Amino acid sequence: MKTVYKKPEPITNRPTTYCPGCPHGIAHRLVAELLEEMNLTSETVIVWPVGCSVFGYYFIGTDAVEAAHGRACAMATGMKRTHPESFVITYQGDGDLASIGIAETVHAAVRGEKITVVYVNNGNYGMTGGQMAPTTLIGQKTTTSPYGRDPKLTGFPMHVPEMLATLEATAYIARASLDSPQHIIQAKKFLKKAFNAQVNGIGFSLVEMISSCPTNWKMTPVAAMERIRNEVLPVFPIGEFKVAEGVE
Amino acid sequence: MGEKTLMKGAEVIAEAAMRAGCMAFFGYPITPQNEVPEYFSRQMPKLGRVFLQAGSEVAAINMVYGAACTGTRVITTSSSPGISLMQEGFSYIANSDVPCVVVNAMRGGPGLGDIAPAQADYFQAVKGGGHGDYHSIVIAPYTLQEEADLMFDAFDLADKYRIMVVVLVDGLMGQMMEPVEFKEWVDVKKFKTPDWATVGQRDRDHRNIITSLEILAEGLEKMNFHLQEKYKIIEKNEVRFEEYKMDDAEYAITAFGTIARIAKTVVNMARDEGIKLGLIRPITLWPFPTKLIEKRAEQLKFFFDSELNAGQMLEDVKLAVNGRKPVYFYGKLGGIVPSAEDIYAEFKKHIKGDR
Amino acid sequence: MEKKVLVNEERCKSCGLCVAVCPKHVLKISEKLNSKGYHPVELFDNENCISCGFCYLICPDASIIEIRRPEPVKR
Ligand SMILES: Cc1ncc(C[n+]2csc(CCOP(=O)(O)OP(=O)(O)O)c2C)c(N)n1
Ligand code: SF4
Ligand code: SF4
Ligand code: SF4
Ligand SMILES: [Mg+2]
Repeated sequence: MKTVYKKPEPITNRPTTYCPGCPHGIAHRLVAELLEEMNLTSETVIVWPVGCSVFGYYFIGTDAVEAAHGRACAMATGMKRTHPESFVITYQGDGDLASIGIAETVHAAVRGEKITVVYVNNGNYGMTGGQMAPTTLIGQKTTTSPYGRDPKLTGFPMHVPEMLATLEATAYIARASLDSPQHIIQAKKFLKKAFNAQVNGIGFSLVEMISSCPTNWKMTPVAAMERIRNEVLPVFPIGEFKVAEGVE
Repeated sequence: MGEKTLMKGAEVIAEAAMRAGCMAFFGYPITPQNEVPEYFSRQMPKLGRVFLQAGSEVAAINMVYGAACTGTRVITTSSSPGISLMQEGFSYIANSDVPCVVVNAMRGGPGLGDIAPAQADYFQAVKGGGHGDYHSIVIAPYTLQEEADLMFDAFDLADKYRIMVVVLVDGLMGQMMEPVEFKEWVDVKKFKTPDWATVGQRDRDHRNIITSLEILAEGLEKMNFHLQEKYKIIEKNEVRFEEYKMDDAEYAITAFGTIARIAKTVVNMARDEGIKLGLIRPITLWPFPTKLIEKRAEQLKFFFDSELNAGQMLEDVKLAVNGRKPVYFYGKLGGIVPSAEDIYAEFKKHIKGDR
Repeated sequence: MEKKVLVNEERCKSCGLCVAVCPKHVLKISEKLNSKGYHPVELFDNENCISCGFCYLICPDASIIEIRRPEPVKR
């Protein structure tokens, strides 16, 4: 018998605090697999966000810091600028990155900070009870858009990779999805390029991972993954938006 | 060493910080301290150190937080409105036990206020400012020479206690020029990455996690106890003050920073008229020289506190005096700096009643 | 034959994602209970598992800890 897949070493033995079927855990595993495969674990610092993944440092066993809500890219900048030999990742939700932390994120991208952002978009504020996020779909009901998101009142879903790809100093910008095995394999390929962008010193890299929040979407994990395919991906298409020279 | 340089206060801050081994600056422009980042931006690249203009003070303090987590000597400088924006970061830094230095060149407030010198951020600096039970060490120099010397102490204290140190000056100190003698450059090659720093685990036998989060109340209480223990040690060891003509004093002015400068003249004016006035000048605003003031209360007829605010340090003086003697106050608001004559005249109003 | 799918039953949260993506329908939520009160997933038909790893890929809790493939039989 030959081992074809194996739980990566950096995933700790501590079970996660996530709800059953929450794709945060898939995103964690992808990060851990690449750290292991690319031999980066021991030089890595992960900046964890405020959001459901606030305890991420218990689940991926690297050096870690816990940022204030939205400030991960600024904190990562301080770490990477003073210790360029560290491999610095931020892991952020859509409320954290696209709402309260958008300025820090955009300016890190503008400056071409050599950090990698794992941006997990589940279309709402999971941790605080499923409130509307900048990424919430039109018509989607959340605890603070009980009549459905109305674009006349709160605009349209925010496409972070498309925005950031317009900035010259970004090295790798992509959107992947965590809904199916095929998409997860692709997400890992994208994330690997994002890691490469940092390892090769090219510039800022970010991979958005379309995720679900079964608990606040009030769906089974399986139905939530189906909703990603049927409703979310048509609005948030998968793809690479920026691949600078030297990344591949 | 030995050579005096005529320099602007703002540049003294930057030069002294670099000599003290500051390896990184992150900040956002704001008057009246723009000469500080400007000076850093010229000098830091020459030294192979980090200068970065952030997108906002919010970003700046979180860059400082990140750099502090790597055990790097790091600074940000700003003025009142910018410091207000940084409060969330200060609170996180406090509960993460990481060292950094923050300079606040205070200007008139509230709100956008003006750009004139003020001391109205005393409460904010000394009583917290951000959320939660925490302290930063707060140092208030009153001459540029002292400012130059205290920048070294600021970094040393920050490292020693893994705490944020605030250097509280006002716009006047940033703009004035004085001859200054700098201490020798600290040999930064001797700096070692501390064992607790988050720079990747590498050869370390444990991984490091820096967080201000502890979801269990018992655990968070423990973290708070740890902070309070640390604060007790600092209160015991690090109180600094200057007394001027206090031995035989019957009255004392209490003042810090710019006002303390003027107050020395006031003391001399009083002494010329045979009035036994002295000055108590807290250098550390936190930890506050409570014991000293408590002791001096015995010999004095009254205290006279003067500040560029509506009476902020006044509260700490009153707490120390604890009702045993009167504590009078004279303050100027909005960025107006009183003359020695103004202060002396106000002081004398109380002495009349007293005699 | 040795199991092609190794499950850490303690980590499993019975989310059912692996069951849903298995192309061979050889996984099921078992009757067992782990210490957290979840019914861990179980490979009930090892024979027909094709070691595709879909279950591993979709599992958010790293409870599918290993996928093995039989070495091709040399003739
Ligand atoms: C300054 C501040 N504002 C608000 C909060 C409350 N808060 C915690 S998590 C969160 C939203 C997290 O949503 P997201 O980033 O999408 O992460 P998810 O939980 O969905 O993974 C909010 C608003 C906070 N902790 N700090
Ligand atoms: S609330 Fe949503 S995002 Fe948070 S752990 Fe549960 S399913 Fe995941
Ligand atoms: S490896 Fe493939 S066939 Fe086997 S149990 Fe998993 S998903 Fe099913
Ligand atoms: S996907 Fe993982 S956690 Fe969910 S049922 Fe399968 S083994 Fe259990
Ligand atoms: Mg979210």
